[in-house]
Amino acid sequence: MPNHRATTTREKPPREHSRRFGQSDLSRRRFLGYVVAGTSLIAAAEFTRESISDSVPNASAAAIPSTPQTPEIYDLSDAIRDAARPTANLIRVKVNRDNTVSFALPRSDNGQGIITSTQMIIAEEMNLDPDQVIVTLADARPELVFNQLTGGSTTTFSTYTPIRVAAAIAAGRLLDAAAAEMGQDKAVLTSRAGTITDTAGKALSFGDLTAKAAAPVTQAVQVALKDREKFTIIGKPRTKSDARDMVTGKKKFTTDLQIADALPTILCRAPDLNGYPRSVQNLDQVRTMPGITDVVKVEGGVAVRGNTYGQCIDAVNALKVTWANGTVHGADDASVLKELRAAELPLAAPKGPGSLEGDFVFYFRSNSSLETNCAIADVKANSATIWGPAKSPIAAQAEIAKKLGMPQNAVTFHVMQGGGSFGRKLFFDAAEEAALVSKAMGKPVKLMWSRSDDSRQGRVHPMATCRIRANVTADAVTSFEIRHTSVATEGNPGLSEPITAAANKAPLGNLGVAESLFELTQFTPYNFGASTRFLNEVDMGFNTSSMRNIYSPDVATARELMVDQIAAKLGTDPYVFRSEFAKQARFKAVLDRAAQEGDWGKSMADGTAQGIAMHVEYKGCAVCIVELDCTPATVNRKIRQARTGPRVTKVTYVVDAGLIINPRGYEAQMMGGINDGLAMTLTSSLHLDDGHFVEASWDNYFYTRQWNTPPEMNIVIMDSDAPEPGGAGEFGVAATCGAIACAYARATGKIPTYFPLDHKDPLPFTPYPTSPPIPPSPTNGLQTTF
Amino acid sequence: MPTHTFKLNGQQVSVDVEDDVHLLWVIRDLLKVTGPKYGCGINVCKACTSHINGKAFNPCSVQVKDIQPTDEVTTIEGLADTAPGGGLHPMQDAWIEKDVAQCGYCQPGQIMAAVAKVKQCKAEGRDVDDDAIEELRNICRCGTYNRIREAIKAGAENM
Repeated sequence: MPNHRATTTREKPPREHSRRFGQSDLSRRRFLGYVVAGTSLIAAAEFTRESISDSVPNASAAAIPSTPQTPEIYDLSDAIRDAARPTANLIRVKVNRDNTVSFALPRSDNGQGIITSTQMIIAEEMNLDPDQVIVTLADARPELVFNQLTGGSTTTFSTYTPIRVAAAIAAGRLLDAAAAEMGQDKAVLTSRAGTITDTAGKALSFGDLTAKAAAPVTQAVQVALKDREKFTIIGKPRTKSDARDMVTGKKKFTTDLQIADALPTILCRAPDLNGYPRSVQNLDQVRTMPGITDVVKVEGGVAVRGNTYGQCIDAVNALKVTWANGTVHGADDASVLKELRAAELPLAAPKGPGSLEGDFVFYFRSNSSLETNCAIADVKANSATIWGPAKSPIAAQAEIAKKLGMPQNAVTFHVMQGGGSFGRKLFFDAAEEAALVSKAMGKPVKLMWSRSDDSRQGRVHPMATCRIRANVTADAVTSFEIRHTSVATEGNPGLSEPITAAANKAPLGNLGVAESLFELTQFTPYNFGASTRFLNEVDMGFNTSSMRNIYSPDVATARELMVDQIAAKLGTDPYVFRSEFAKQARFKAVLDRAAQEGDWGKSMADGTAQGIAMHVEYKGCAVCIVELDCTPATVNRKIRQARTGPRVTKVTYVVDAGLIINPRGYEAQMMGGINDGLAMTLTSSLHLDDGHFVEASWDNYFYTRQWNTPPEMNIVIMDSDAPEPGGAGEFGVAATCGAIACAYARATGKIPTYFPLDHKDPLPFTPYPTSPPIPPSPTNGLQTTF
Repeated sequence: MPTHTFKLNGQQVSVDVEDDVHLLWVIRDLLKVTGPKYGCGINVCKACTSHINGKAFNPCSVQVKDIQPTDEVTTIEGLADTAPGGGLHPMQDAWIEKDVAQCGYCQPGQIMAAVAKVKQCKAEGRDVDDDAIEELRNICRCGTYNRIREAIKAGAENM
C-alpha cells in the first residue's frame, strides 16, 4: 500500500445521497450572468442561493437526538458566501486574442493551490486545457466589498458557482459567434482546447472569435451549467500549475521582487510583547554603519533601511533604545491561565453520579509561516503602492489609506502569492508598517520581519481552556456541554465585517464576531441529548489570529477525549460508539470507511495504541485514525535541537468533503493539516515569560519535522454526490488532534489535560536574549556542509 | 570597500561589499538571485540551502570573506545545469512528478538538501531510506513532508 494516496475507487454512494443533496434540481437550474461591453469577450456572473440540505437523522436505539445545532443549518461557509453574494457578479472571465482565457481571482493563494483549481473550474466549463487559463490574484478591489476575503476554508465553496457561470456564458457566446461565422447550427459544432470545429472540419479559435463574441453593450444572459456527468477535468488529479516555477526558483515572493529603490528594511522591536520605543540614544551613530541608508523611530520600533538585510540586522542589534512596557508586561502562562479560569462560564446541566467531566488547557501556538511578515511600500505625496501577501486586501487598503491620510483609491494593493499563511496573513501587519516606514523615510522600502520578531511579536493562536460535562445514563448521553474560554481572537475588518453582516441571517440572532464564529463553526456531531457550546473570550492585549481554524482543533481534542471516556463508561469500543451515536448516515459512512482503511482494533504492542476522532465542518466530515508509539525507546530519542516524544507512526485520514475539484491538491491540504495536528498536539507551543514569548526561531518552536512526521500516511477522499465543494485548508487538523490525544490516553492510560503534551517539559534550548532582538547569524557555515 | 569574487551558478561574479556580510544577502540583495530564501538567518530552518563545491551549505551562516574566488556556489537556479542533459535535475523532475510543493517557499532549500543527502548516501554506500531522510532538518511549514520523502526516493533512483 502506498504511504499516502487519494482514493481511486469510484464506488457509488447509496441512492439516498442523490436525493439528499438535490443534485437533479441543481443541474436543471439556469443562472443569470452578464456579457460585459468591450472589444473582447468578457463574461461576468451573478448567482442565486443553492440549497444544501444533508440533515438525515440516523438514530441508534440509545442515541438521543440532539436538536439541530447552528452549523448543521447555516455555517461559516454560508455566512461568508452570503456576505459575498451581492457583489459576486463582478467576477469576470475574459477571452484573449492569443487563445487564452484570463481571470483575476479575488482571493489569496499561499500554497493552497486555488490558482490551479480555479484554472480547472474555468477549463471544465469552456472545454479548455487548464494551461490555457491564466489565473492571477486580483489587486485589492474595494467594490468587491466582502468578496475578497480568503479564510475559513471557504474559497472554493464561495467561488465555484460564480466562476462557472461566467465561464459558461463565455463558452456559449463563443459557440454562438462561431455558428454565425460558419453559417452552421451550433448544435453540430464541437469546442475543444479553444478551437471550435464544424462537422466538415472547419475550425475557428477562441482568439479569432473573441472580438465577434464581444458585446457592444452590457447585457444580461441566462445560462445552464455543464452537467457533472460530463466533467473531464474537475475531479481528476492535477499537478500545481506553478510546480516547475517552484522547483527552479522562478516563483517570486514579495521579498524576491525588484522594485526600484525599495531597499531591505527591518524594525528593531521591544523586549516586551508590543512594547514601543520612547527614545533612541544612538540614531546618528547607527546611520553611519556600513550599508545603512536610513534609521527612523516609528510607532512599533526603530526602522532600519540598508543595502542588505544582513547589514540592517547588524544595525538593529546596535541600536540603543529606551522601551516602554508592552501590553502584557510581566505576564506569563500561569497568570494568563488564572485570568481565563476567572472568566469561565458555568456548566448548566446538574452534575450527578452519571456525569463525566473534562478540563483541558491549550497553550499559545505560533502561526508564523516560513515566509515572515513582509511587504513592499512606495508611499508618495498623494498615492501609495503596496505589494504583499494579503488575505483581506480591501481592509488592508482601507486601513493603510486611513493611516496615510489618503482616500482609499489612492492606495494600490498588489496581492502577492504568500509563502504560507495558516491564518497569519488574514492580517496585514507588515503592509501597514511598511507604508508608515516608507512615508517616514520618504523612500520605497522592502520591509521584512526578522524570524525572531515573527515568532515573538507576531500573531499567535490564543491560549484557551475547554471544559466539558457529559451526563451519561446506562445506555445514552442526555447532555453534552462545552464551555470554551479563550484569550480574545482579534478580528480585523476584512474578516469581521462579512461575519457580522451575515450574522443576522443565521438562526442564532445577533452575536458578536467571536461568538458568531464559534456558533457558526462548532458542532458536536453525535446524538448526545441536550448539546450546548458556549464561548467566552478575554481581551488581554495579545496579537492573535486563527491558525488553520481558531477553535475547532482544541474543541475537537477536548470533545473526542470525552467521547472516548463516555464509550468506556458504556463499555463500548470507541469506533463502534461513534458509529452508533453519529448524527448522520454520512458521518457513519466516513467512520466505517476509516475503521476499514485504518484496520481499527488491530493488535497493538504495549505502549502503542490507535486513536480515532471525527470532526464535522466545512460542509464535510473527516475521521482520523492514528497509531501512536509512546514506548520509552521512541519517546526518549535524542535529536539535536529537536523535540522527539511520542511518535505518530501511521495516519489514516478519511474525508468526505463534497465535490472535489483537484484530488491531488485536496490531498496535499489534508497532509499539511495532519502535520499541523501533530505539531499542535505533541510538540509546538509558545511559552510566555515575563511579558514576552520565549521562542525566537525554529530551533525553539518545534513545528513538525521529518523525524516527527508519520512514516505511513493514507489519505482517502470519499466519493461524493454533493453538487458543491466543501472546505480544504483547515480540514486536516481537528480530527488529527483528537485522534492523537485519544491514542495517547489509550497507550499510556493517562488522559492528557493540557496541550501540546510536552508544554511543561524542560525547555530543550537556552532562550535567545530579547535584547538585542535578533540572534546574530553564525559564521561557521562552512563547517556544517554535507 | 573590498571586492569579492566567486563562481555563482557557473559564472564568475564580483561584488563590492564589506567582508562580514553573510553570503545569503550578497546572493539575494546584491546579486538578485532569489532562489535561496530567508527563514531564520541562523542555520536552523535550512530554507537557504545551496551548494558549495557540490556540498550542501547554508549561506546565511557564511561571511562573504570566507568564500574563495575558486569556490563554486550553486543555488536552485543553477541546479539543473549540474545534471547531464538539457532538462531539469532528476530531483526537480521528481518534485514536479510528486507535486510536492505547496507554497513553495522552502522548496529550493529542500531540493538542494535532498540532492546533497542522496549524494552523501551514495558515497557512503547507504540506502536513501526514511532514516537518511530524517537527517534532513529543512522545515516545511505547509507540512508536505510525506511527498518530500516520496520525491527524494524517486529522485535518488535517477541520480
